[in-house]
Amino acid sequence: MDSATSDLTGTRPPLRSTAENGLKIVIVGGFGVGKTTMVRSVSDIRPLNTEETMTRAGEGVDDLTDVQSKTTTTIAFDFGRISLNDTTVLYLFGAPGQERFWFLWDRLFSGTLGAVVLVDTRRLADSWYAIDRLEQHGMPFIVATNDFGGPHYSGEEVREALDLPEGIPLIECDARSRESSKEVLITLVNHLYDLSFSARESTT
Amino acid sequence: MKRPGRDDDPDRLYTVTGGRSRSETDAFDLVTLVVGECEPAAGMQSEHASILRICRSPTAVVEIASDLGLPVSIVRILLGDLHAAGRITARHPRTPATADQLPDPEILKQVLVGLRNL
Ligand SMILES: Nc1nc2c(ncn2[C@@H]2O[C@H](COP(=O)(O)OP(=O)(O)OP(=O)(O)O)[C@@H](O)[C@H]2O)c(=O)[nH]1
Ligand SMILES: [Mg+2]
Repeated sequence: MDSATSDLTGTRPPLRSTAENGLKIVIVGGFGVGKTTMVRSVSDIRPLNTEETMTRAGEGVDDLTDVQSKTTTTIAFDFGRISLNDTTVLYLFGAPGQERFWFLWDRLFSGTLGAVVLVDTRRLADSWYAIDRLEQHGMPFIVATNDFGGPHYSGEEVREALDLPEGIPLIECDARSRESSKEVLITLVNHLYDLSFSARESTT
Repeated sequence: MKRPGRDDDPDRLYTVTGGRSRSETDAFDLVTLVVGECEPAAGMQSEHASILRICRSPTAVVEIASDLGLPVSIVRILLGDLHAAGRITARHPRTPATADQLPDPEILKQVLVGLRNL
């Protein structure tokens, strides 16, 4: 790679020339819950960040030519990447679960395989909104609780507080650990596999 | 009104994209892998030239956006131009585009094998 290219791409290693299928998994969670840490733990590259903006006409304003009547929503998110084999690359996105983020879900994350809701057990209520929205979007997900040293809650207690159905996997993790973060992703993909498999069984 | 940040200044975005908006560019997913089919040439718009340099190896739309420091929707428009001119090719993801369709179990199996081998 010449220097003009590395000025743009930094030290990021290039993908193989045979790479052809990009997949997405999203990690959603409240502020400071460990999203970027989890992406970093499993990514082949240092996490990158980018943003998306959406301009919407202001509501209840008559004169739409007035620039001030439009609002711009900006959502920043970070991501990492794992080359799974010669052709398949998995992109992991760490995304804030706050309200304005969901306006951009369809534009950014349609086609996502599934989501991990990362939860700090000291602030369980922070994840209610994200869980609601994933259910509404019909997006399969699992919940991973990150241990920040608060009081320990049993799986049943967390399930109850989140009103989480039995069929949705719930696991504990340490986002700083590569092995633990890998295990979270494997739990999600196993869950997706079960869903996909039984959906196919029931239609044949 | 919110103070515009570096990258969401409407005037700057208007200039970069020649005033067009998204519509025709929805084909580019965040993880569509883009491959340059020619070298940057003198006289090209600088963002187009940068994209061709970045895409000497397959690069996802979201990586290009991050490298250029531009919002994803603007990058999609720039990619639409280059694609229409035959200067890039796009490898689109082979996953269902709607949320209520589950991915193919074969793809999921590949993902599991890849993750276990990490
Ligand atoms: N004890 C403990 N600390 C963690 C864990 N995961 C992350 N942290 C720490 O928590 C802090 C926040 O982690 P981040 O990964 O930046 O969290 P984030 O969700 O990306 O935060 P925002 O993007 O700001 O919302 C950092 O100091 C991490 O080192 C964990 O599993 N256990
Ligand atoms: Mg973060």
